[in-house]
Amino acid sequence: MSSKYDVLVIGGGNAALCAAIAARRGGASVLVLEGAPKFYRGGNTRHTRNMRCAHDAATEILTGPYTEEEFWEDLLRVTGGKTDEVLARHMIRESKDILNWIVEQGVRWQPSLGGTLSLGRTNSFFLGGGRAMLNALYLTAERLGVDVEYDAEVTDLVIEDGMFLAARLKRPIRGETEIRATSLVAAAGGFEANIEWLKQYWGEAADNFLIRGTPYNRGSILKMLLDKGVQEVGDPTQCHAVAIDARAPKFDGGIITRHDSVVFGIVVNKHAQRFYDEGEDIWPKRYAIWGRLVAAQPDQIAYIIFDSTVVTSFMPTLFPPIAGQTVAELAGKLELDPAALEKTITEFNAAVRPGTFDHTILDDCVTEDITPPKTHWARKIETPPYLAYPVRPGITFTYLGTRVNKEARMLMANGKPSANMFAAGEIMAGNVLGKGYAAGMGMTIGSVFGRIAGREAARHAKN
Amino acid sequence: MHGTRILDEADRLMTVCNSCRYCEGLCAVFPAMEMRRAFSDGDLNYLANLCHACGACYVDCQFSPPHEFNVNVPKTLAVARAESYAAYAWPGALSGAFARNGLVISIIAAFSMAAFILGFAALNDRSVLFGVHTDPGAFYRLMPHNAMAVLFSAAFLYAVLALVMSVRAFWRDIGTPIGGRADGGSIFQAIRDAGELRYLHGGGVGCYNEDDKPTDRRKLYHHLTFYGFILCFAATSVATLYHYLLGREAPYPWWDLPVVLGTLGGIGLMIGPIGLFAAKMRRDPALLDETRYGMDVGFIAMLFLTGLTGMLLLILRETAAMGPLLALHLGAVFALFITMPYGKFVHGIYRFAALVRYAQERRSEAVA
Repeated sequence: MSSKYDVLVIGGGNAALCAAIAARRGGASVLVLEGAPKFYRGGNTRHTRNMRCAHDAATEILTGPYTEEEFWEDLLRVTGGKTDEVLARHMIRESKDILNWIVEQGVRWQPSLGGTLSLGRTNSFFLGGGRAMLNALYLTAERLGVDVEYDAEVTDLVIEDGMFLAARLKRPIRGETEIRATSLVAAAGGFEANIEWLKQYWGEAADNFLIRGTPYNRGSILKMLLDKGVQEVGDPTQCHAVAIDARAPKFDGGIITRHDSVVFGIVVNKHAQRFYDEGEDIWPKRYAIWGRLVAAQPDQIAYIIFDSTVVTSFMPTLFPPIAGQTVAELAGKLELDPAALEKTITEFNAAVRPGTFDHTILDDCVTEDITPPKTHWARKIETPPYLAYPVRPGITFTYLGTRVNKEARMLMANGKPSANMFAAGEIMAGNVLGKGYAAGMGMTIGSVFGRIAGREAARHAKN
Repeated sequence: MHGTRILDEADRLMTVCNSCRYCEGLCAVFPAMEMRRAFSDGDLNYLANLCHACGACYVDCQFSPPHEFNVNVPKTLAVARAESYAAYAWPGALSGAFARNGLVISIIAAFSMAAFILGFAALNDRSVLFGVHTDPGAFYRLMPHNAMAVLFSAAFLYAVLALVMSVRAFWRDIGTPIGGRADGGSIFQAIRDAGELRYLHGGGVGCYNEDDKPTDRRKLYHHLTFYGFILCFAATSVATLYHYLLGREAPYPWWDLPVVLGTLGGIGLMIGPIGLFAAKMRRDPALLDETRYGMDVGFIAMLFLTGLTGMLLLILRETAAMGPLLALHLGAVFALFITMPYGKFVHGIYRFAALVRYAQERRSEAVA
């Protein structure tokens, strides 16, 4: 005999826990299988800090209204239209209620963190960050009687004709190697920590990628589902990547390895050559493009070069900048050709035109007669010490996922809805987010579709 | 680099935390950290004393151990805090008292109580020491009031002097670069924050002690201890006024103000320390400065002993046990006074100073 639950949730992050709580509140018996050990539970939710929810009026922690329509326009803009409008609008509508529902599950909000004032109206921040949010959800789930197992890696899914039957386990849980359940909620994230899988699209370059989040998002559940006839959604070759410090650990460096100093200097590759307009756009757009730009450079490495006049213009960084009293000394420390770096900086300085610097707007500090240009915030780099941050692509998440409908029910390759399989979170984010990203949207997708998936999974099981 | 390994580690952590800032809503430490980009020794000692050890930032941190960033702010700041007590101790020659504090406190307490017992025995007739005294002035048959007043005033004034000198060194060290005197508004804010233990609250949900559930009751026990201590102090002060202004001598009847205050305070001073001690025993060692166990327990024990001997004296003051109990109680109080600048008691003084400084910084930030 194997155990039988009403609802089996695979995954342990925001989406999984919202599903588990909603299913349990819907009267179902629920088991959560988290592949990671307890400390690393929750996938990338551990590294998050806020959620984007629509609201019609200011709240205690939100500075003003953010209507469904405005949310939709933002989503349309960042995805360039690569979204499922029906699903997206449904999510946005539901997000309004999530703002309260998530508090009822023990999560606490706070006003936007220092240095994130631009999100004060749209995004609700978790008091204590993502792990605090997760801890609250786990406490609530356990209090409600949800069973949770850690180090519970699923090696196979038994699926027949789009119907989930059982999950096979790497190590037995309570003597069982197979867990049967009436409904399945897959909320096990994407595949960004699976370097071999990334190499299918990026080649050997993927060896030089750093993974910002959990090493446990290897995409094994996603792959099993796609292999067993679930319809895929999202561009498999794409991932969200930002420039992060090259000294960051291979996995799980989280938010603190990021750099947002590009606008205050220039960016060169390993040949000490500039390769893109550092002043193209303001945060957050520039934040999201530099990972991809660095990925396209030789050896996937680049260096943000600036001087001592701007060090206090951005948030303090985890790793200190590398410093040199001369450009040549700095080049030596970065193992760049000193002559080439001196030439690049001299040419750049010569191209800088006078202007009034203001990093909060698209200012009039520009370069002339240089390729690529720097179209805003261009100022000479001439006050020693000269400083640099080495950066590499930091992969945040992948877009490939399982297609779902408004009930968070997976659709099979033939277009038919699955009888009892639901998906929530990053594993299905590609339905809504075909490309691009806006802060806090991953958590919105997780909570909204998590709650829907749990509710529907419980309803199926209780019928 | 800083003077000590623990300050180096505190600097490393504050650098990590300052590039994250997820915890800024939990307490005062992180907002204070955000006002800085680099950290001097004084800055780190300030942050260490601002920390109330609620444990929330450890439970909430995605980088706490076993993560390779190994971020453990409560433990690191606890160690830094304890080292700051020794660093600022006055006179410096006595800072070594913090090294094996539990032992030092126990020896002083034992000697103090023994000295009072022996003193009473040497100076009093056996029949007086073990006699039954119920009339006003009964205590002073055993030890003349003036002798008591001189001895305890001297001990108290010494403690005050040593504490003032210590906290002055601390204040100077943390005062740069903003510096200056404390203004009334900031002091009032700090009194409120300290009085309600505003930052011993896990960011609002409660503190953490033995696990990741915010079920800790240290705040309640600390209130019982602190307000118990204050009530006992008030009882003594009222009694002193009675004595000198009204000419009324102790012991007083049970319903009189000094006894009522002392009884309530004594109850707090017994329950509070027991609760704090039990919490200490249960606390996750990951959050603890285990090497300062003796200091923490020594202080808790001294408070408990003061409360216990005081209560026993109250209950048994009309029996033959009064003499020995009075000696024990006075011995405990005397030891408590003279060890105040060299034990865990100082945590309250430094934390209060840190809260004043924090209130000051918040006000100047609001102005800016």
